[in-house]
Amino acid sequence: MTPRLRRRVFLAAAAVAGALLLWGLTGLPDYGVYNGPYGDVLNRVAVAERKATNVVASVTFDYRGVDTMGEEYILFAAVLGVAILLRAQRDETEQPPDEDAADRRAPGTSNAVRVIGLALVGPVVLFGIYVVSHGHLSPGGGFQGGVVLATAALLVFLSGEYVTLRRLSPEVVLDTAESVGAAGYVAVGLLGVAAGATFLANVLPLGHPGALLSAGTIPVINLAVGLEVAGGFVLLLSEFLEQTLVIRRPGEVT
Amino acid sequence: MRFLPYAVAAWLLLVGLYGIVTSRNLVHMITCLSVAQSSTYILLLSVGFERGGTAPIFLDVPVGTKAVDPVVGALTLTDIVVGATVSALLLALAVQAHKHHGTLDPERLKPERD
Amino acid sequence: MDALAALSVALPLLVAAALVGLAPVCPRRAADAAAVATAAVVTVLCLVLLARSLDGPVVYWFGGWTPRDGIALGVAFAVDPVGAALATLAGVLATAALTFSWRIFEAVRTLHHGLMLVFLAGLVGFCLSGDLFNMFVFFELFSVAAYALTGYQTTNPGSVRGALNFAITNSVGAMLVLGGIALLYGRTGALNLAQLGQALARGPADRLVVVAFLLLMVGFFVKAAVVPFHFWLADAYALAPTAVGVLFAGVVSELGLYAVARVYWTVFSAPLARVEGLRGVLLLGAVATALVGGVMCLLQHHLARMLAYATVSHVGLTLAGFALLVPVGAAGAVLYLLADGLVKGSLFITVGIVDHHLHDVDERRLQGRGRHMPWAAALMVAGALGLAGVPPFGTFLGKALMEEAALEAGAPWLIGLFVVVAALTSAALLRATGRIFLGLGPPGPNSAAAGSGGSGSGPPGPGAGRAGDHHRRPHPTQLAPAVVLLAAAVAVGLAPGIIDAAEDAAEHFTDRPAYAAAVLEGVPEPGPAVAHPATPFGGPALWAVVSALLGLGLAFAALRPDRLPDRVRGGVTRLWDPVAAGLRGLHDGGIGDSVTWLVVGMATFGTLVAVVAR
Repeated sequence: MTPRLRRRVFLAAAAVAGALLLWGLTGLPDYGVYNGPYGDVLNRVAVAERKATNVVASVTFDYRGVDTMGEEYILFAAVLGVAILLRAQRDETEQPPDEDAADRRAPGTSNAVRVIGLALVGPVVLFGIYVVSHGHLSPGGGFQGGVVLATAALLVFLSGEYVTLRRLSPEVVLDTAESVGAAGYVAVGLLGVAAGATFLANVLPLGHPGALLSAGTIPVINLAVGLEVAGGFVLLLSEFLEQTLVIRRPGEVT
Repeated sequence: MRFLPYAVAAWLLLVGLYGIVTSRNLVHMITCLSVAQSSTYILLLSVGFERGGTAPIFLDVPVGTKAVDPVVGALTLTDIVVGATVSALLLALAVQAHKHHGTLDPERLKPERD
Repeated sequence: MDALAALSVALPLLVAAALVGLAPVCPRRAADAAAVATAAVVTVLCLVLLARSLDGPVVYWFGGWTPRDGIALGVAFAVDPVGAALATLAGVLATAALTFSWRIFEAVRTLHHGLMLVFLAGLVGFCLSGDLFNMFVFFELFSVAAYALTGYQTTNPGSVRGALNFAITNSVGAMLVLGGIALLYGRTGALNLAQLGQALARGPADRLVVVAFLLLMVGFFVKAAVVPFHFWLADAYALAPTAVGVLFAGVVSELGLYAVARVYWTVFSAPLARVEGLRGVLLLGAVATALVGGVMCLLQHHLARMLAYATVSHVGLTLAGFALLVPVGAAGAVLYLLADGLVKGSLFITVGIVDHHLHDVDERRLQGRGRHMPWAAALMVAGALGLAGVPPFGTFLGKALMEEAALEAGAPWLIGLFVVVAALTSAALLRATGRIFLGLGPPGPNSAAAGSGGSGSGPPGPGAGRAGDHHRRPHPTQLAPAVVLLAAAVAVGLAPGIIDAAEDAAEHFTDRPAYAAAVLEGVPEPGPAVAHPATPFGGPALWAVVSALLGLGLAFAALRPDRLPDRVRGGVTRLWDPVAAGLRGLHDGGIGDSVTWLVVGMATFGTLVAVVAR
C-alpha cells in the first residue's frame, strides 16, 4: 500500500478497534475498586508465610517464581541475540564513521563531567548492591538493582573512560556473569527438587521478617537475577558502543 | 476519573500503533512500539489499584493495612523487562540496517523479490 | 515423579546457560553433542508425560503452592495429552534440527545452540502450562529466541526488514494477549486457567468477556499466521537458518492455534457456548486463511516461502477443525497438527539439504540441478504426499476426523475446502520436485531448451549443474532427521488405537468442569463415557486420492503448459493472472502494512464477534 492509503486504512480500522476496546474496558470495575481474591489473599498471608516484607518480591520470586525464571531467560535470550547480531559482524574492517568530519568531532569530555561522573560510580554501585540485596524487604530487587549497577558502567562511559571500562569488563567476564546468573536461578529451583519438594520451592531457612537474611531462597534468587541483569545490560551497552565508536589509542593519528 | 486510566491505556496503544504504521525511521518505530507496550503497563496497574491503599510492603506498616494488589506489580515488572529486551534486539537490527544499507527508512528497505 | 514436568523446561534452560558461559572453552563437537542430547532428553521426558497424562492431567504446582478454597496462589503446569503431544512434537523437531546442523558451519555456533535450547524450553513450557500469564511468559520466551535466531543473516535489505517485520508484528500480538489477560484479571482476579473458567462460568458473556476473548484470539492468531495476521511469516521462514525453520514450520504456528483452542475450552467455553455465530466467525477466518495460503503457496518459487504459505493454508484447515467446536473436530485438528508439523519439518530439512548442496533455494534457478540427488527428490515427493493427506500419513487420519466432524455439524462444504487446499499445497511441492530433480518445466533463464543436450559452449544445460554443486549423497546427519520425521508422521497415522486416544483426549480437552476439578481439587477425571463410533474411512480415502490426483494434475499443468489445450490455457491465464497479481501486490508490503492489516483484522473479527454475541 502507498503510505497515504495505509494511513487511511489504519485510521479507519483503528477507529473501529478502539471503539471495541473502549466498549470492552467499560466492563471492568471502576478504577480504584479491587475485587479480586488473589491480591487480598496474598497481602494477608505472604508476610507470615514467607517472612519477606515486600509482598511484590515474594510474588515475583516465590509464589510466581517460574514466571520470573522465564522472564530472566527472555533477557538472556535477547542479550544473546544482540551479541550474535553485532558481534559476528565484527570481523569486518573498522572504518571511521562517515560523519566524522573535522568540524563534527565530538567535544572532549569536560573535566566537570569526568570528575562528577567518576565520583558517582562508587555510590551508584553501592546503591545497586543495596537494592539487590534488600529486595525482599523494601522496594527493589534483582531486576531494579541490576539495572542500577549497569548504570554505573554507563557513568564510566559518559566520563570518557570507555577504554578503561572495556579493559575492566571484557566480554568473557560479562558472558560468565550472565550465564551464572541465569543458571543460578534454575539451580535454586532444582534445589527444591533435590530437597524432595517441588521445583522452586523455598527450602532455605526463612528467618524473621525484616531481617536481611530472611525469606529463604528469595534473596539468593535476587542475587542471581541481579548478577544476570547487570551483566546483561553492561553487555548490551558495550555491544552497541562498539558499533559506533572507533577506539583510538593514545598517540594514534586518525 | 473512574474510567480515565483505562481510556489512557487504549489511547496509548492506538497512538503507538499509528506511529509504527506511519513511521519513516526505524528508531522512531521501535520507540513507538515501546509506547504501545506502556499501554499494557497502565492497564495492568490500573486494574490492581485500590483507592486508599498503600504499597504492598509491610516493613513499616503492619500487616493488614489496606494495600494495592501485589500481583499486578509483579506482572508489570515482567512486562517491562520483556519490553526492554525486545527493544534492545530491535535496535540491534536497526543498527544492522544502517550499517549495511545506509538507511533507517523502512520504506527504502525494499527487498529483491522474485 | 511429577517433577518431570518442571525438568522438561529446567533442563534445556540450564544447559543453554552452561553452553553460553562455557562457550570460549567448549570444543565445537562437545557443544553440538550437548545440544542434541538435551533436546533428545526433553523429547523423552515429554513422551513420558504424554503416557502419564492419558489417565488424567498431570498437575504440578511450582513452589508447592497448591490452591486454597479454589484460589490458585501459585503457577501450575497442567499437562494433558494434547499439550504433552505438542511438547513432544517440539522436542522431536528440535532434536532433528540440531542433528541436521551438525555439518553446517556457523561463526557463533555455541551461542546458536544456547538460543535453540531456550527456544525449545519456551515451546515446551507453553504447551504444558496451566496458567494464563505463565503461558504469556513462555510465549514471549520462544518468540524472543526466534527473533534472535532469525535476525542473524542480515545481509540483504529484505533480511533486515523481514526480521523487523517478524519481531514488531509478533510483539504487537503479544501485547494484545497481555491486554486480554489484564481484562480477565480485572474481572476475576485470577490467572490460573481452571480458576478463570470457574469464575467466568458464573457470569454472562458480556462485553468484557467478548473483548477479552477477542484480544487473546487475535494475539494468538498473529503467531498462528491466520489471515490477515500472516504477512510476517514468509519473510521469517525465508530468513531463518534451516534448524530454526524446522521449528517454525513444524510447531510454532500450530502452537498459536493450540493456545486459542485451549483458552477457549478452559476459560471461555461456559459463557461463549451460548454465542451461536462464533463458529461461523471462526470458520470464516479458517476459509480465508486456507485459500489465501494455498494460492500464495502456488505462486512462490522460493522453497522456504512456499513452505511458509503451505503452513498458512494448513493452519487454516486446522482452524476449521477447531472452529467446529466439537470434540471430534478438535481430535482431528490435533492429529492433523502433529502429523502435518512432522511432515513440514521434514520438508524444511529437505530444503536445507538442497540449499547446502546446490547453494540456492529458488525453484527456477535450481531447475534440473538436482538430478543427482535421488534421496532429496524422494523426501520431497513423500513430503508433498504427506501435505496432500494421503494414507498412511497421519494427516490423513486428522483430515478424516475433521471431515466426520464437518458432516455432523452440517458443513459438508468443508470437505471441498480440504480437498482443494491440500491439492494446492502438494501441487506446489510436486511442481518444485519435478523442476529441480527432473529438470521438467518451461526452460528458465538458467537452462537451455528442455530436451536438448548440454552444448559445449555457453552456459551449461539443464542437469549439468554448476561448478560448486556437490553431488555426493547427503551426509547421514542431514538425511536421517528428514527420514525420521517422515517416519514419525507415518507412525502417527498407523499407531494402533490412536484414533480412540485422540478422541478421548479431545473429550477431556473440551470438558471444562472436569479440567477445573482436576486442576484445582485434584479430582481424577472420569474415564471415557462411551466407546467412540468407528470413523468411516471410505469417504476420506476417496477425498485424499482426489486431492493427490488434483495436486499432481496442477503440478503437471504448471510444468508442461504446452500439453494443455489452448482454450484451457487461455481461460486459466485470464482468471489466474489478476488474482495472482493482486495477491502478490498485497503481500509485498513492509512493517507498516503488516501492522495495518493486523489492526484491520482486529477490527473485522471484533465487529463480527461483537455482533454475534449480542
